[in-house]
Amino acid sequence: MAIPISYNLRNLMVRKTTTIMTALGIALSVAILVASLALVNGLRTVFRNTANPLQLLVLRKGGDSELGSIVSTEAFATLRSQAGITLGRRGEPLASPELVNVVNLPSVDNPKGMNVTVRGLTTTGIEMRKVRLIAGRWFQPGQREIVVGKAVAKRYPSARIGRQIQFGKGDWEIVGVMHGGESAMDSEIWGDLNQVSGDYNRQASPSSVLLQATDAPTLDALQHSIEDDRRLGARAITEQDYYQNQTSSGAPLEFLGIFVAVIMAIGGGFAAINTMYAAVALRAKEIGTLRTLGFSETSILASFLIESMLLSVLAGILGCLLALPLNWVTTGVGNFASFSEIAFQFHTGTAVMFAGLTFAIVLGALGGFLPARSAARKEILSALRDE
Amino acid sequence: MFSYLPLVLRNAVRNRRRTALTVASVAVSLCLLGVLLALYRSLFYGGDTTPGQAMRLVVHHKIALTQDLPVAYEEKIAQIPGVRAVTRLRWFGGTYKDARDTRNQFAQFAIEPQTLFDVYPEFRITASEKQAFLSQKTACVASRALAEKLSWKLGERITLVGMPITLELTLAGIFDDPGVSSVLYFNWAYLRDSLPVGDDHRDMVQQFYVEANNKDVVSDVARQIDEAFADSPYPTKSEPEQAFFLSFVSFLGNLKLFLAAICGAVTFTILLISANMLSMSVRERTREVGILKTLGFSSGEILEMVVGEASLIAVAGGLLGCVLASGLCAAIAAAMKNAPGFVSAIKGLSLSPLAAALTLIIALLIGLASSVVPGLSAARTSILDALRYNG
Repeated sequence: MAIPISYNLRNLMVRKTTTIMTALGIALSVAILVASLALVNGLRTVFRNTANPLQLLVLRKGGDSELGSIVSTEAFATLRSQAGITLGRRGEPLASPELVNVVNLPSVDNPKGMNVTVRGLTTTGIEMRKVRLIAGRWFQPGQREIVVGKAVAKRYPSARIGRQIQFGKGDWEIVGVMHGGESAMDSEIWGDLNQVSGDYNRQASPSSVLLQATDAPTLDALQHSIEDDRRLGARAITEQDYYQNQTSSGAPLEFLGIFVAVIMAIGGGFAAINTMYAAVALRAKEIGTLRTLGFSETSILASFLIESMLLSVLAGILGCLLALPLNWVTTGVGNFASFSEIAFQFHTGTAVMFAGLTFAIVLGALGGFLPARSAARKEILSALRDE
Repeated sequence: MFSYLPLVLRNAVRNRRRTALTVASVAVSLCLLGVLLALYRSLFYGGDTTPGQAMRLVVHHKIALTQDLPVAYEEKIAQIPGVRAVTRLRWFGGTYKDARDTRNQFAQFAIEPQTLFDVYPEFRITASEKQAFLSQKTACVASRALAEKLSWKLGERITLVGMPITLELTLAGIFDDPGVSSVLYFNWAYLRDSLPVGDDHRDMVQQFYVEANNKDVVSDVARQIDEAFADSPYPTKSEPEQAFFLSFVSFLGNLKLFLAAICGAVTFTILLISANMLSMSVRERTREVGILKTLGFSSGEILEMVVGEASLIAVAGGLLGCVLASGLCAAIAAAMKNAPGFVSAIKGLSLSPLAAALTLIIALLIGLASSVVPGLSAARTSILDALRYNG
């Protein structure tokens, strides 16, 4: 027969201070784990929102980032005339030649300067993305004007609307702020393709070409025909794959966070073992009584194990609560593929919270096992005689 | 308080299991704190630098690393007082074999072979291999780490497929380098001549590496270089190599804040653990406290004993933690052997005496802080209550 859980709950309540202190010790390691997972989760969200499942990014052969890539004008002409490309509002194929570079600007986190992606594109490129203006207007073709992403405007004091920033061959005026959901576009600066190319002496060759296919099978066919065409010397990668690979930019922080959480959990675990041994010692007489009443060794073992796990569930919940305010925090991490900063928000989604809770419960079960076994193995008589 | 040391010791080891668990718990957490302090130091203060690195500067475009500088700057920089040697550098993003295998990814730099070894005096290479590198235009040299990773032998043919050109290189030498790991250097002249005439990138480079005459003139040299080009179409930014690498560390995210927050959380956790354990054992001893008081011990003396016990346990945990931390630091340093150059400081990660001392001081402070509440409550217990206590 099992001992009711309410018995364990009442025991935890009686020793309030010890319970809370032990739980808080474990809660902090859970909070750090949840924070690291939430960081990667947030980064993943940004990249997922950036990619359009029907779009294909064409880079140079062997290239894995837009920054170090060149696609020739002839190749662009060939790409543009491929079959299966969606037609845009004005009836032209949705194929966007783009030039990518970076500019170093002082940011809120890094006053010494951080790289921001500069993208030169045409109106077709804008049409292909789910992005809208939230302030000002779009840049005019032929003008030294730029539009900055929402995160750039927020995190870089020099990149506010109405100001000028310097890159390429001179000053550029910021005429608008754009927002593309929680996406990488929020961390970019956009300008007119011809103007930007001119500044980087790259009139003849964009960095990449973005294509939109009419449907998924066409996308596949298009990808294969581009990869197989040796004259193009190009690599075609779906936008989804391209951005998914970039989630690894959060890997160092994630690794550090998990490493810290595990070591802290070992420390917290020892403390939990201590607390449970104390609980067993304190209730020796009760254990004897329970055994006399007919509860088996297994019931006692299960009861103490459950108590330890209840303690750790409390710790898990506390840890998740501690990490919750992070959802309102925006931070940035360097993206090695684009050699620039990508801003994102922490996301403590259900999966992340669940991982934190599981972590705590496993810890509770491991920490509670030895004390619970020692409780179960107590001799009835000596337990009752214990003062 | 030392007159009670035997009693404090006996109390501390009375419940051996609890003391051992508490020491272990405090030790693990303090070990983490020690490692984080060591990590913080090596990332943001660069750990220990080689004398060669301390005298080295990086010159790049003021606006972005990706913007080019004219190669002609090299001569002007060489004439600036305090400059011992200067070499140009152009990044080459070529693909070696199957780029999807990350082992095949490494840094490729076009440099000037004559000056490379002047700017990097810590590179070790045999005279004959160096001569081979200088005499052959298509020759290249690789760091020992890279050559071993890809099992390259001298004379190895290395094809780097880039845009718009492909380079066919021959491995002329392998050099030993205490810092950076996977890197390949080849002759800039070969890259230049391979680019089509009229290509805008032909006479451009991205960085200059400058070795100054001594450590004290580094910042002055940096200022003079930047002043010389301030009004040109290609303004420069010069910084010590360490500061330059540090700007890449900021790429990993707001690590400073992250590390500081974790250190805070760890310290708070140890405080909780230690205070909790202490109040448990003090509560168990309530009756003993009553007896001690009956025997004439003052409240102050009882407080001293509790504080002493806590400090003893915390410092024991701190010492054990430092031992664990230096082991863990060595393990991390070994695991990071192939890390990119800008975090090269981590490869020498170790618990410095300062970090160890700081860890121990934190341990002692935690011992003191955690014993205040349980100690005071023990000291304040009235004799009658204590003797009547049934715990």
